[in-house]
Amino acid sequence: MMSDDQIKIEIDGRKISADKGQMLIEVTDKNDIYIPRFCYHKKLTVAANCRMCLVEVEKAPKPLPACSTPVMDGMKVKTRSKLAIAAQKSVMEFLLINHPLDCPICDQGGECELQDLAMGYGSDVSRYQERKRVVMDKNIGSLIQTDLTRCIHCTRCVRFGEEIAGIRELGATGRGENMEIGTYIKKSVVSEMSGNVIDLCPVGALTSKPFRYSARTWELVQRDTIAPHDSVGSNIHLHIKGDKVMRVVPAENEAINETWISDRDRFSYEAINSDARLHFPMIKEDGVWQQVDWQEALNVIKEKLGNILNQAGPAQLGTLISPTATLEELYLAQKLTRALGSNNIDSRLKQIDFSDQLVTPRFPWLGQSIVDFEENQAALLIGSNLRKDQPIINHRLRKAALNGASVMVLNPIDYEFNFPLDCKIISPPNSITSELSAILKAVIKLSGEKVDTAITKLLKDVTINKTHQTIADTLFNNDDAIVLLGNFTTTHPQLSLLRTLSGEITKLTHSKLGYLSDSVNSSGAWLSGALPHRLTSGSKNSNIGLSSHEMLAQKLKAYLLLAVEPELDCWDTRLAQQAMQDAELVVALTAFQSEALNNYADVLLPIATFTETSGTYINNEGTVQCFNGAVPPQGEARPAWKVLRVLGNSFDVDGFDYESSAEVYDESIKAIGKIEGDNTNQWQLTVTAGTKKQGLQRITETPMNMIDSLTRHATSLQKTNDVADGAIHINSTLAKKNKLSNADDATVEQDKQQVTMKVMVDERVPDNCVLIQSAHPSQIELGAAFGSIKIGKQ
Amino acid sequence: MNKIKHYLNSLFLLELMRGLYLTGSHLFKRKITVQYPEEKTPQSHRFRGLHALRRYPNGEERCIACKLCEAVCPANAITIASEAREDGSRRTTQYDIDLTKCIFCGFCEESCPVDSIVETRIFEYHGEKRGDLLLTKSQLLEIGDKFEKDIAADRHEDAKFR
Repeated sequence: MMSDDQIKIEIDGRKISADKGQMLIEVTDKNDIYIPRFCYHKKLTVAANCRMCLVEVEKAPKPLPACSTPVMDGMKVKTRSKLAIAAQKSVMEFLLINHPLDCPICDQGGECELQDLAMGYGSDVSRYQERKRVVMDKNIGSLIQTDLTRCIHCTRCVRFGEEIAGIRELGATGRGENMEIGTYIKKSVVSEMSGNVIDLCPVGALTSKPFRYSARTWELVQRDTIAPHDSVGSNIHLHIKGDKVMRVVPAENEAINETWISDRDRFSYEAINSDARLHFPMIKEDGVWQQVDWQEALNVIKEKLGNILNQAGPAQLGTLISPTATLEELYLAQKLTRALGSNNIDSRLKQIDFSDQLVTPRFPWLGQSIVDFEENQAALLIGSNLRKDQPIINHRLRKAALNGASVMVLNPIDYEFNFPLDCKIISPPNSITSELSAILKAVIKLSGEKVDTAITKLLKDVTINKTHQTIADTLFNNDDAIVLLGNFTTTHPQLSLLRTLSGEITKLTHSKLGYLSDSVNSSGAWLSGALPHRLTSGSKNSNIGLSSHEMLAQKLKAYLLLAVEPELDCWDTRLAQQAMQDAELVVALTAFQSEALNNYADVLLPIATFTETSGTYINNEGTVQCFNGAVPPQGEARPAWKVLRVLGNSFDVDGFDYESSAEVYDESIKAIGKIEGDNTNQWQLTVTAGTKKQGLQRITETPMNMIDSLTRHATSLQKTNDVADGAIHINSTLAKKNKLSNADDATVEQDKQQVTMKVMVDERVPDNCVLIQSAHPSQIELGAAFGSIKIGKQ
Repeated sequence: MNKIKHYLNSLFLLELMRGLYLTGSHLFKRKITVQYPEEKTPQSHRFRGLHALRRYPNGEERCIACKLCEAVCPANAITIASEAREDGSRRTTQYDIDLTKCIFCGFCEESCPVDSIVETRIFEYHGEKRGDLLLTKSQLLEIGDKFEKDIAADRHEDAKFR
């Protein structure tokens, strides 16, 4: 029985059923009938401007473009008839008129849609004798190379900007032969997803700049893996030549990244081939670094760490591990640390408030699946620069917003969004809690439900304004609403209060609560038990160890670092640096060598990057994704799980006899049990409101291309705008008050530490706040990510 | 009858005579033996011998690192690495031909869109050590520079057939 929406059509003599309203090309694609095309792309709107998909339709006087012809009942289509082929060949001849014959030097050669179709539809000899069009190339940033003479005006890139990236950066100017693609005013493309136009461009007009001229497509071998930056774990293909990763392109996964990936996922591969890679185990003897073999390095660790464990006790060992590590590495790191008698292991490097850690959810769960974002009717973002921090989630939420969902934000910085916001509150970090309290108070009034007395007490002095009321109304009146805690809230000194307030709001408005995790395997880090207070099974650790911040504050004797650069990654950078310098032994498992590591570490063990090891990432929504190594590790580097296994063996601890990472995976996933996100009722009820501090407040953000050591070593990403600039960002009011202007040198003082930084006037920053971007060497000395700060003219 | 024929043939050694006549007739024909290396046989302008990389008259190397020769080579004798040169043009950083692998089929020359890689008429070369027959980019360019005049003349002669 056919449903009402189904109709019958005939294509090339085949009877096919199709949905009403579908375009012809969708039906043929679904039924494996190929129609040539350039401008049509399934994720973009129909433009019908290349005319390559012309087909013959019976009773139509002229050939019709398949991409913009809706199917009709009883329609008879011929895709390979004389008329259709003649039409397609003519279109091809027109397209080739102005296309240069530079295929041999074009990076698209071999994967070019125009080249492929010219083989089938182009003629051998050109009839065109006139002058060919030449367009000057434009420099649009460090990631995308333009060769605009090759452009065939399909406008896929323009439509991508409008429809997917949400910023109209590329556009077409001029008409007919004079049409040119370019940025409107000579400027760079800054979208965090801009790299996708490289894949979209059917010809070689937009190609990858870092990849330029380095290989031909037919030399590359494709391997699948998971991108190591975005919290969603985008699926990617690695393109490899020999033992070298040459480029990264997206793999299609409708449930996660559709066909897109963010720029940092696409270009961070450059770090793998960086000169800063550590190739040999190194030990420091009397202040001099020596290259040694693995056995010697392990012996040194065994001797030195063994002495500390025996003399000062195992509690003097602290393990800091990056949430970008694989599940296997995280699991083994906690197993090793605990087997050595210490409970001091943490991956929550950017967190400071651990007071409610015992009641928090098992892992920072998104609150719903990634796909569900498209269905949300309302969303409240708290402390999140969603566009830069979680580009793929932002893309999904953008779809919802364009469909009419109300998105509201409560942010310390007036971040730019690529969709309209219903309302926004920009508030300094120390009053974000009071703003959220006001929203809760409005919600309580709306719901009329009784709440805990602790909460009532907390909300006593709070006044509600119109914006708070609107947010409360929107959350209350929409069935599918979500409250999201962003990266900024994780670093907030009153995280537990923010958690409680937003938790109560979601409870009373019957909406979902979601955590946006800052790293690809944050969920895996929590689940694997790389936490001081919880074991792999999720149960409470009877002997709670020190959190990352406590480990640094208490200045332990020995630290084990895994893919962590404490002076850049930790909440209090100065404290981290000092703790490392004062420690007796710092063993760093790292893929990269750095001056700081050379300065304070005692043993450096080279480990593999994500392309060189097998492993597993668990993403923000709880999806487990395994991947294999694609290239051999460089030099003497080894996958970190193997290093941890051998460390376990050298300390003679039981249960470290793994033969493959799959065995580690099986053991850990069995210990973890069922992975089920649940954020309901997992917050403290008794919380205290923080005291309001006076004076200037520091706000810290981590720019999207500074989040881990991989992105920090990717040369082209470091040339973009999304890196730490080592400046203080203040608004013009504050600048005027301190007689500062753009690019001036200013003295910045925090906790009695003074440094000199450049001034950047940035109107997104609220009054009496100073925005500093983390992971920049100039701000390490300042220390804590939050707190009072003083600035002055130098 | 046949028996008599056979008897007469063998009596007068006719087959031997015929053979001697054929051999003897060569005494009076033009000699084709070449006294190599003093003398050499004539060569076609399409002779496929040692490879060379050519330059344009202004000294710029022709090769644009399109890697078509590498892709077409049936013996996998060519290895190329490329980069964007400082002036933004596409150039090779490595262009190796392993002569011990090469089967001198001439596909590389045919595939080259800029007439850069060519096979010259040189066939007298040798290697004394392992690796001597692995030609690098600089060696190939050197051969090209040295014999450019002959190479150009050969290509000119062949142009009307292309």
